[in-house]
Amino acid sequence: MTALGAAGSPVAASPVAASLATAVADTGRTGTGEATLFWVLAPIMVLAALGLLFARKAIHAAMCVVLVMVSLAFLYVAQDAPFLGVVQVVVYTGAVMMLFLFVLMLVGVDASDSLVETIRGQRWLGLLFGVGLAVLLVGVVTRVTYPAPVGLAEANAASNPVGVARLIFGDFVFAFEVVGVLLVTAALGALVLTHRQRLVRKVGQRELARRRVAGLGKTEADRDAVERKGIAPLPAPGVYARTNAMDVPALDPQGRPIEQSVSRVLRVRGQERELEAVGVVPGPATGPVAGQLPAGPASPGLHLEAGEDGGADRHAPTPQAGAPGETAGPATPITTGRGPEVVP
Amino acid sequence: MSATLLGAAQDPAITADFSEDTIWVWLVKAVVILVFLLTSVLMAIWFERKVVARMQIRPGPNVHGPFGLLQSLADAMKLLLKEDITVKAADKVIYLLAPMISVFCALLTFAVIPFGPSVTVLGVTTPLQLTDLPVATLYVLACASVGVYGIVLGGWSSGSTYPLLGSVRSTAQVISYELAMGLSLVSVFIMAGSMSTSQIVDSQRPLWWAIPLAPAFVIYVISMIGETNRLPFDLPEAEGELVSGYMTEYSSMKFAWFFLAEYINMINVSAIATTLFLGGWRAPWPLSAINDGMLNTGWWPVLWFLAKMWLFMFLFVWVRGTLLRLRYDQFMKLGWKVLIPAALAWVVMVAVVQGIRQFVDVDLTTLIIGLVVAAAVVIGITFLIPDKPRAAADDGVRDGPFDPFEGGYPVPPLPGQQLPPSARRLARAARTTVAPDTDHHDTEVQRG
Repeated sequence: MTALGAAGSPVAASPVAASLATAVADTGRTGTGEATLFWVLAPIMVLAALGLLFARKAIHAAMCVVLVMVSLAFLYVAQDAPFLGVVQVVVYTGAVMMLFLFVLMLVGVDASDSLVETIRGQRWLGLLFGVGLAVLLVGVVTRVTYPAPVGLAEANAASNPVGVARLIFGDFVFAFEVVGVLLVTAALGALVLTHRQRLVRKVGQRELARRRVAGLGKTEADRDAVERKGIAPLPAPGVYARTNAMDVPALDPQGRPIEQSVSRVLRVRGQERELEAVGVVPGPATGPVAGQLPAGPASPGLHLEAGEDGGADRHAPTPQAGAPGETAGPATPITTGRGPEVVP
Repeated sequence: MSATLLGAAQDPAITADFSEDTIWVWLVKAVVILVFLLTSVLMAIWFERKVVARMQIRPGPNVHGPFGLLQSLADAMKLLLKEDITVKAADKVIYLLAPMISVFCALLTFAVIPFGPSVTVLGVTTPLQLTDLPVATLYVLACASVGVYGIVLGGWSSGSTYPLLGSVRSTAQVISYELAMGLSLVSVFIMAGSMSTSQIVDSQRPLWWAIPLAPAFVIYVISMIGETNRLPFDLPEAEGELVSGYMTEYSSMKFAWFFLAEYINMINVSAIATTLFLGGWRAPWPLSAINDGMLNTGWWPVLWFLAKMWLFMFLFVWVRGTLLRLRYDQFMKLGWKVLIPAALAWVVMVAVVQGIRQFVDVDLTTLIIGLVVAAAVVIGITFLIPDKPRAAADDGVRDGPFDPFEGGYPVPPLPGQQLPPSARRLARAARTTVAPDTDHHDTEVQRG
């Protein structure tokens, strides 16, 4: 629209405008520099605007809009409206378009727009209105006359931002205030619409940490969901010679899979892979599962009656420590797809 | 481009005089700025590593060149020669475009930063500044906000989870901290009566704005660290959670571009803070009085400007070496619930003061003294209000017997308590006296 509107002015451009410094305001003509800028930017803007229509990916369309906006800002600056030009970039490109992008980004890289018509006859209606708009625009643009602009020098006499400020806070202060009220109303409306009444008390980080630590002193059966999480992070999934993925459980020191090491989401979906599927043979399924505290009266070593042995509830054999300088090796023989591994 | 940029009639809002500038002068200035920024980045990386190292009591890079100065040059060469990997899932065009946007926008800011007043070189008298606009400070904000596109697009186009999360965080972070940043700058605009950088520096002739506008200065310093994604606000690239955020999938020169942009941005915000709050190129107070302001003329100001700018760079490194990364919700809370309201309130206060000065004939000193007295009275009154009775502080001293699960926690003995003898040790002692030679006993002793 602006591109079309401004298209007429370079027609009046005269090569006689020798001084680059000649402002539009004084002569009503466009300087050579400005004309060059326009003829460079205008095709880019038109192409970018078409790109918005024809781009397959939403982000590409958004980038086309950004290009149009920034080029428009250049044109504003060239037309002696630096404040408008810069604010265009700060507000539209920097804030509004960024918010758009924020939403679009959550659409994946390889996602394209769906071409299925959701409203019946939408395309034909769109085409009809598009043609109508085009006819209207052509009608307006061809009949418009371009009088020489006057008064720009006076308007910018006390520098451009001051001139704009006098207009906004002087002549148009009421309109400005009304727009301000509208925006505040919109913001408040958004707050009200998205406000959610809290049904349960908010539990903060401090309290969660307290409860998790306190849970260590309880038996497994007495713990609630928070306390069961424990204080340590969950174990990471397994890393094996032939697989290193999120869906394969890690092994505990006894060679048994640790269920919790696979993301809960994968487990619920049933996407967890068995150890055998990656060529690892898990250890014997006896004794307590690592990652969970034994279901005794309390954690070992904390609540001991006289005479009770803290090591007694370790059912599974602990590997013997190796001699200094040697590694102890695995507790259970590891069998891969190629057969049993031989410890050298 | 415009009449303003092409050195037309002097704009009344701009103090610096660019009337003698020709296209060659611009070109030379632009190249000098570019070279300055690139060498500054090399220096900044070395500086950061060296200072952080000293803070952690280790020497830091000290092998290549004097004091390890060439270390960053060597690192840059290494990055240049590395294999440039384009991820298979990437959106190729935008993947390539993103680091370019980052660097390009970072390079733009210094066009309006004044290094000093007018100097005469080879018969040309020109200000030590590429250009100035009546909206120069807004232009800087505009460049910064377009620069974020680099981060956002880089994260999205990599087609990978960590970069995407990094870029989503970065978007939210920059939008929220840019608001606080812009608002803190507004009070400078109000006091200086201009948005042109040369005019703002000129307006700090009597007093640097950091002193009367201290709250705005503090808000700016906090939000500038947030804006450049530096610790403790480096959530978009938090190594512990997101590998390195938006640049995880980048390698070789494309990664180097992001790296370059980050350091240039640090230099940019430091230069802005210097220009707007610390008097720009003006000499600090006792020096500025020497010989009728001799140190504020000629090439001296470049020294003051660089010294102040590197002071902020040191602050960046100091903060990085001292503070831990914030949790994301705490970070957002700080931005939206503390910084923005504080900045808004401060802008209103400054506007009221300026309004009073406009319409009532009061000396600024009297006004400020009056306001300070009023604030002191209000603070004094708040001291008179009795505090809410608080629960007695827990000094940690206990009289009773040791309860190992006091308050539901496994706790160590507190002052005044004695750890009871270990049940296991008692049992073992009992066993040893009865049956001194058992296998079990040996292993227990070894383990104990």
